[in-house]
Amino acid sequence: MKWFFHIGRYYILMARVFSKPEKWSIYRNRLVTEIDSLGVGSLGIVTIISVFMGAVITIQSAFGFESPWIPLYAVGLASRDSIVLEFSPTIISLILAGKVGSNIASEIGTMRVTEQIDALEIMGINSKAYLILPKIVAAVLINPFLIVISMFLALLGGLIFGSMTGAVTPYEFIYGIQYDFRPYNVSYALIKTLFFAFIITSVSSYHGYYTQGGALEVGKSSTNAVVYSSIVILLFNFILTQLLLS
Amino acid sequence: MIEVKNIHKSFGNKTVLNNINIHFERGKTNLIIGESGSGKTVLLKTMVGLFLPDKGDILYEGRNFCAMNFEDRKLIRKEIGMLFQGGALFDSHTVEENVMFPLSMFTDMSVSEQRDRANFCLSRVNLENAHKLYPSEISGGMKKRVAIARAIAMNPKYLFCDEPNSGLDPRTSVLIDNLIYEITQEYNMTTIVITHDMNSVMEIGDNISFLYKGEIKWQGHREEVMRTNSPELNNFVYASEFMKKLKQSLTHFGD
Repeated sequence: MKWFFHIGRYYILMARVFSKPEKWSIYRNRLVTEIDSLGVGSLGIVTIISVFMGAVITIQSAFGFESPWIPLYAVGLASRDSIVLEFSPTIISLILAGKVGSNIASEIGTMRVTEQIDALEIMGINSKAYLILPKIVAAVLINPFLIVISMFLALLGGLIFGSMTGAVTPYEFIYGIQYDFRPYNVSYALIKTLFFAFIITSVSSYHGYYTQGGALEVGKSSTNAVVYSSIVILLFNFILTQLLLS
Repeated sequence: MIEVKNIHKSFGNKTVLNNINIHFERGKTNLIIGESGSGKTVLLKTMVGLFLPDKGDILYEGRNFCAMNFEDRKLIRKEIGMLFQGGALFDSHTVEENVMFPLSMFTDMSVSEQRDRANFCLSRVNLENAHKLYPSEISGGMKKRVAIARAIAMNPKYLFCDEPNSGLDPRTSVLIDNLIYEITQEYNMTTIVITHDMNSVMEIGDNISFLYKGEIKWQGHREEVMRTNSPELNNFVYASEFMKKLKQSLTHFGD
């Protein structure tokens, strides 16, 4: 029964979030701030994780393909498909659920327990839309760019570290990542990213917005935001994969 | 003028407000006093629409706030200024931006006009050198003054103050009390202050309502508080040894 309560309250929250803003110019400024905070602010961690993720995938693929019957360019091909189809969109989104999700929940949760949200409401401002809408729009706009950057950096990491460790030659790796390339795979990854961006921001905002109590509850909301965002991402990863690839 | 009529509010099985009827006059500082947990903050939050009452009406100059939808309530909310217990200043905004915030949301003022208005409000609360500081960089008393400046930025008709003296030293408390009183007179506002500070009661209480276990037990003027026969109010007012001795002295003096 508790699940139904939370799902119902989440939908009611979303209905209020997507209502007409009081003043477009204020929302536009907040959108720019959120793009900087959620997108540009996540570039560092996305870069580090992507480079090393690409390197490890390449070395593991080379280790698995140690057979005279499998051409060496298959390492590049397998790394590309793993990175584009799954690792960049899903793993990076899970990482962002941790970084961005906890940040959103604790920011909004702190505003709740210090009565800043009450102050907005009393001024006549739709606090749900004012606080949450710019975050959702910012993440939906910027996350596809982050994921494309992640794909590029992961493949670059695979090329550099694969070559340095002798797992694959640069020529074979580059030939492999070009071999039988299907642009639809990138579209599939970007569609997933859009869903995941919405899930991360909306689920985390939900947990932050309905925080009750003090500092301890803000911490719990932050943890719940990460846990439930990750679970919903994995669930939608399965559903979208079934819908888009089967 | 605000009228509270037959307000009931419960949370689960616990009745917090029971048949509350109060009339708050314009241009007066109306105080709601009572022990912690008596329902003062719930009453205040119900009046401004943060809680929905189970029963009853709240009338702002005859306009029934409880019967309005969200959009209509917005019109009344723009006439309300509120001072929260902790200030409720926006952490990510400077002092000046906090005061400018309602102006930027609801007026067509240019940024320089908003800044001028914010400067005026900040000077009115005697805060002239803190414009660029963030809430985390100022004291509790300064936060309250910034919150008052933000509350009056839109020239409100109604000012609500939730324990404006909590956490402040006696001298700063008096300053905040006087500021609320002066602003009420100056702007002819309907001001409602929640407090359990007897200094505030005696300094600024034009009309006082005593809330006890969710019910209004006594209403009157500050000069009547000290001579009341209400046992609940006497227990509240003369809770400390100092006040008990003061009462004995007053009685002795009266004899």
